[in-house]
Amino acid sequence: MTADSPISDPYLERAPQMLLDLVTGRLPEPWRWLANGLVSIVVILAVFGLLFAALTLAERKILGRVQNRPGPNRTGPFGLLQPIADGIKMLTKEDIVPRDADYLLHLLAPVTLLASSFLAFAVIPYGRHLVPLDLDASVLFFFAVGATTELAIFMAGWSSHNKYSLLAAMRALAQLISYELPLLLAWLPVVMLSGTLSATGIVAAQSGWKLGWIPSWHIFTPWGFAGFVIFMVAALAESNRSPFDLPEAESELIAGHLTEYSGCKYVLFFMAEYFGMTALSGMAVTLFLGGWHAPLPFLEFIPSYAWFGIKILALLLGFIWIRATFPRLRIDQLTRFAWKFLVPLAMINLATAAFWSLSSGWSWPMQVARWAVAIALVVGPFLLMGRRLSAGFAPRTYQYST
Amino acid sequence: MMTAVLIAILLATLAAAAAAMSLRNLIHSVLLLIGSWLGVAAFYLMAGAEFVAFAQLLVYVGAVSMVVLFAVLLTRRSRTDIAVSPDSVSRAWSAVFAAGAVLAVLVYGVLHSALPHSPPPRPSVTVGQLGALLTGPHSAALLVIGVVLTVAMLGGVVIASTDRPSAKEDEK
Repeated sequence: MTADSPISDPYLERAPQMLLDLVTGRLPEPWRWLANGLVSIVVILAVFGLLFAALTLAERKILGRVQNRPGPNRTGPFGLLQPIADGIKMLTKEDIVPRDADYLLHLLAPVTLLASSFLAFAVIPYGRHLVPLDLDASVLFFFAVGATTELAIFMAGWSSHNKYSLLAAMRALAQLISYELPLLLAWLPVVMLSGTLSATGIVAAQSGWKLGWIPSWHIFTPWGFAGFVIFMVAALAESNRSPFDLPEAESELIAGHLTEYSGCKYVLFFMAEYFGMTALSGMAVTLFLGGWHAPLPFLEFIPSYAWFGIKILALLLGFIWIRATFPRLRIDQLTRFAWKFLVPLAMINLATAAFWSLSSGWSWPMQVARWAVAIALVVGPFLLMGRRLSAGFAPRTYQYST
Repeated sequence: MMTAVLIAILLATLAAAAAAMSLRNLIHSVLLLIGSWLGVAAFYLMAGAEFVAFAQLLVYVGAVSMVVLFAVLLTRRSRTDIAVSPDSVSRAWSAVFAAGAVLAVLVYGVLHSALPHSPPPRPSVTVGQLGALLTGPHSAALLVIGVVLTVAMLGGVVIASTDRPSAKEDEK
């Protein structure tokens, strides 16, 4: 947590910092540093652990509503205690390890996955004074630890000694590697334009207002909008969420690399998936949606961490909504979509961002031309490539529906 | 404190590398090798080279590891085939000889380079400065590396996409 807290901040803004000082303020210096770190870790574990529980319930409830059924409603009022019941069931379940499995790797895979997805939370700026770890290259750190999840999936698939697990793990790796590229290319323009790899620096670059009330977030620029969409599509694929949930397509592939996992270890995988999704949403908020900044000037009295929470929840609900809406892709469609559509679009978006950066000094009549060129650079390739890729497949005519 | 952590990282890295060489199961060896790469990244981090450490993590642990794992899985026919042993005694000896030669060159290089006796002041290079150096004075090197990598990738694509007549028959 950063130490500088201007007195001018409202009370609620300073509250977490003051609470931390109250807890660890009496300790001598090296111990205080350690205690601050430990408190950050415990808070992250608690907050995101609870968010995970709430999210599973919200997902089941919303999916139920979308599919015109009530969802869980027996445990507690409105089914609110369902996550606790699920937790007790999963933790007391028998842990089965196949006889021929590689016991150590079978155990290490979920642990590696969970640890790497937790590490990603360390560098996200949650509020004006709430940055657990402020690194010079924190965005790079975020995606570097994210890259280790592939290793964990491989370990899970290989150590299970099951052909379905291994095949599904290879498919999962192909998917993760394919979508890593658009994911990385999507945030590169942000780094180019704000000139820093630090998450706090990127949030600072999005402060202020245009025309007095439009927030200068990256999503409100042509390249930022395109980058955000590409980032979110790639994030869906990276966190194995529908419509890209082929790795554990439960209706076709048993459960992919999770086939031989049960009980507590299965929960760890499940948790890691949700943590990955939450962390990627948090990074999307930081990179494109202005981080903890308020969307309108007169709303700034609400503390920054509340805004961050609202934005991250909105993105997570979007993930759930998408899961309820879209059917699953086929593996060839999945890889073709990444390599033939998302990667070229992300590359073109880099050029758009370069143009945006070079034309930043233009006077206001030329600003219209600047916006027009940038929007054309975003929309034109999207339409052209979309038409070419879907030629022969779309638009579809439905014979039996009116 | 700092030295103790460094020694712990050093021991872990070397132990992982040694175990990677001595194990007979190729997959275990690869995973341990990745562990020793992690150790190297930790070393960079302790030395204050954040950017290099994260790049090591992203490139080696994230990407190179996948290439190695895929290579192992695609070239072995069955799971039992994954355990390897040297073909013959002469091969084992030549491996020892080659490794010893590399070690000799490295030791010679380390012993004959002028290292400062007192630890130099910890450099404070920000990522921004690194980027300015890479795209300014060293941009030619960066471009050459980019061209080499692109050529390698194109070569890989060409090799992978060549359809042999027999392979086409199989597909049908």
